[in-house]
Amino acid sequence: MTKKILIATTALLLAAGSAAAAEKTKFDFWFGLTGDLEKRVQEVCGRFNASQNDYEVVCTSQGNYDAALQNTIAAFRAGKQPTVVQVYDVGTATMMLSEAFIPAAQMMKDNGYTIDWNDYIGGISGYYASSKGEMFSFPFNSSTALLYWNRAAFEKIGKSEAPKTWEEAKADAEALKAKGYECPIAINISANESWQLLEQFSAIHGLPIASKNNGYDGLDAELVFNKTKFVQYVKDLKSWYDAGLVKIKAKELGQDMVQAFAAGDCQMILTSVGDHGTVTRTAKEGLSWDVAMLPVYAGTERKNSLVGGASLWTLKGKSAAEYKGAAAFFAFIAKPESALFWSTVTGYIPVTKSGFDFMKAQGFYDKAPYKGREVAIQSLTATPPTPLTRGIRLGGFTQIRAEVGNGLQEVFSGKADPQTAIDGIVARGNQILRRFEATYKGKTLP
Amino acid sequence: MEKRTTFRQWWIGVAFAVPQIVLIFTFFYWPAGQAVYWSLTLQQPWGGGNIWVGFDNFRQILSDPLYWNSVVRSIVFALVATGLSMGIALILAVFVDRGLTGSRIHRVVMIWPYGIAAPALALAFRFMMAPEAGFLSSLNRLWPGLWDPGLDGVDAMIEVIVAFSWKYVGYDFVFFLAALQGIPRALSEAAALDGAGWFRRLRDVQLPLLTPTVFFLLVIDITESFQDSFGIVDIMTAGGPARATELMVYKVYFDGFKGFDYSGAAAQSIVLMILIVALTILQFRFIEKRVHYR
Repeated sequence: MTKKILIATTALLLAAGSAAAAEKTKFDFWFGLTGDLEKRVQEVCGRFNASQNDYEVVCTSQGNYDAALQNTIAAFRAGKQPTVVQVYDVGTATMMLSEAFIPAAQMMKDNGYTIDWNDYIGGISGYYASSKGEMFSFPFNSSTALLYWNRAAFEKIGKSEAPKTWEEAKADAEALKAKGYECPIAINISANESWQLLEQFSAIHGLPIASKNNGYDGLDAELVFNKTKFVQYVKDLKSWYDAGLVKIKAKELGQDMVQAFAAGDCQMILTSVGDHGTVTRTAKEGLSWDVAMLPVYAGTERKNSLVGGASLWTLKGKSAAEYKGAAAFFAFIAKPESALFWSTVTGYIPVTKSGFDFMKAQGFYDKAPYKGREVAIQSLTATPPTPLTRGIRLGGFTQIRAEVGNGLQEVFSGKADPQTAIDGIVARGNQILRRFEATYKGKTLP
Repeated sequence: MEKRTTFRQWWIGVAFAVPQIVLIFTFFYWPAGQAVYWSLTLQQPWGGGNIWVGFDNFRQILSDPLYWNSVVRSIVFALVATGLSMGIALILAVFVDRGLTGSRIHRVVMIWPYGIAAPALALAFRFMMAPEAGFLSSLNRLWPGLWDPGLDGVDAMIEVIVAFSWKYVGYDFVFFLAALQGIPRALSEAAALDGAGWFRRLRDVQLPLLTPTVFFLLVIDITESFQDSFGIVDIMTAGGPARATELMVYKVYFDGFKGFDYSGAAAQSIVLMILIVALTILQFRFIEKRVHYR
């Protein structure tokens, strides 16, 4: 008798187990974040899996953004791609021409979700939408560049506000220098800083980086930033560097600029709002600091800044059930509550107006340590996006950024004057663009 | 008389060779063939199609003066790094062979650097050589601005060469030590009886007998310094400042794996392959003549 009961129970348990397993549809999500942020993404995945019983997302970090894209391409060519992949901002043009994805808007419609696409903050959605405005991927981790400034140091020179213009910033830097501060402004000049020094600078000044509306209107776009105010900006940075107002801070020198700012060694830096949490956690005790929008040159009408970070793409070639799961996942992370969670555990910003409003209503921005992060939204929404501030849609942009880094290094090491160096960046960058255009001969950007 | 095994059936010999041929084909000839094909086309990374362009990729690379700079830079890197690691390895091996204090420990410990992954090694060296915080910051305290790999290309090159050589010292050391210990003691002892000092014995007895090892390591080290340096460059300098450490293999890695320009990277890797093959042939042609095999 006992034996029979045992068998019956076991059978029942097995049946229940397999039924539960059969109900849950698994799908893969590959991403590029590592370290602390990898854990945060896993928490988001865990929250999604716990929130419903139909789907299970399996999240795998690939090491970094480059590797995530590289591995996904290799997997796609072998027919083993994940359903969802995180692709960084500069990979957007490559993705759009890949014919390997299902546009986000279509994906949600096909699976019965109605998304208010206008709810997305313009400066963010424009980056990931086609030139006609259809969203191709879901903004996920989003940031923008801000000016971090040391309040206590500024009080010593009689100021309680961050500089709004570069003219003011220079005067402040001189005053700080006179007060004995060794490093009023810290910058770095590797490929990565193309983001704040060239891309964000051009956007907020309403300047083009490339023709054809920064590449949105055609693969035959050409770089033009050797003819804009960017040249003046580099000249100024170099002369301020020579005058000791600007210092170069990089990991390979011992201290990167975020560390230098958090240690109180440097008084102003330009970096991502994503570093807000890092500075909060690592700031020297008693460091009084704040963030502000990036300075513009006097007489400039400020435009919105650009989004940085990465977005989520759905890849072709998976089953209808997996797409249903992926759609549910996208709908889940688009919820205001998810935005609040994500922004709390990382430094990233909400991507929708409703998410931002929800967080404001919850009092998220009222007190330390999150106070100040709303400046990022103000910066992204300073104006409605113009054709030049929607984003940058250029192929081979990772290599172009490397050229920017090389060019800036030529300027700061005194190898070339700013105009010559920037002309060189543009000439070599255009070769990269022509190569990209030839690779996709006959194709057009959507 | 020479002993030889012969098989009655011809296919037995072939069967013994098959596993090796399959391995070489799968892991060398096939990928190399694929690279040649890619270098003659423009590949879309997602596999959406490719366009036949003949030798355009090569023409574009070889007409770029900056590419030739990186060729020269790679050759300088290979020669200096090889000389440095072989020289230091030889000195260390001679010391250990002479049975100086601690040589038993050194014999084991010296191989470890070779087992360290390039990124970890590069991180450690980047930390040590950081001009503001590392060991070398004391140099800057004495002579401000003397050491600045962030903006000075020569300093950056020194930095990557030192890191790379450090890794290969261990590898070379093991071969040198093994070769030194293979030299019959009687030869050194006879020379000692004739009144030769240790340096004289090293120069006239041991070194000539080491030439096969020196030649072997020369070929291996030069080949490896063309191929194995990208991890160190990537972490320490990313090719900077202003391309001062942009070696050929780093550019292949960057364009292919970060820039997704598969065709350009394939063409560059073929140029690199041809260069390595040419250098190796040169070494066999001219240097091997001076090698005394026993």
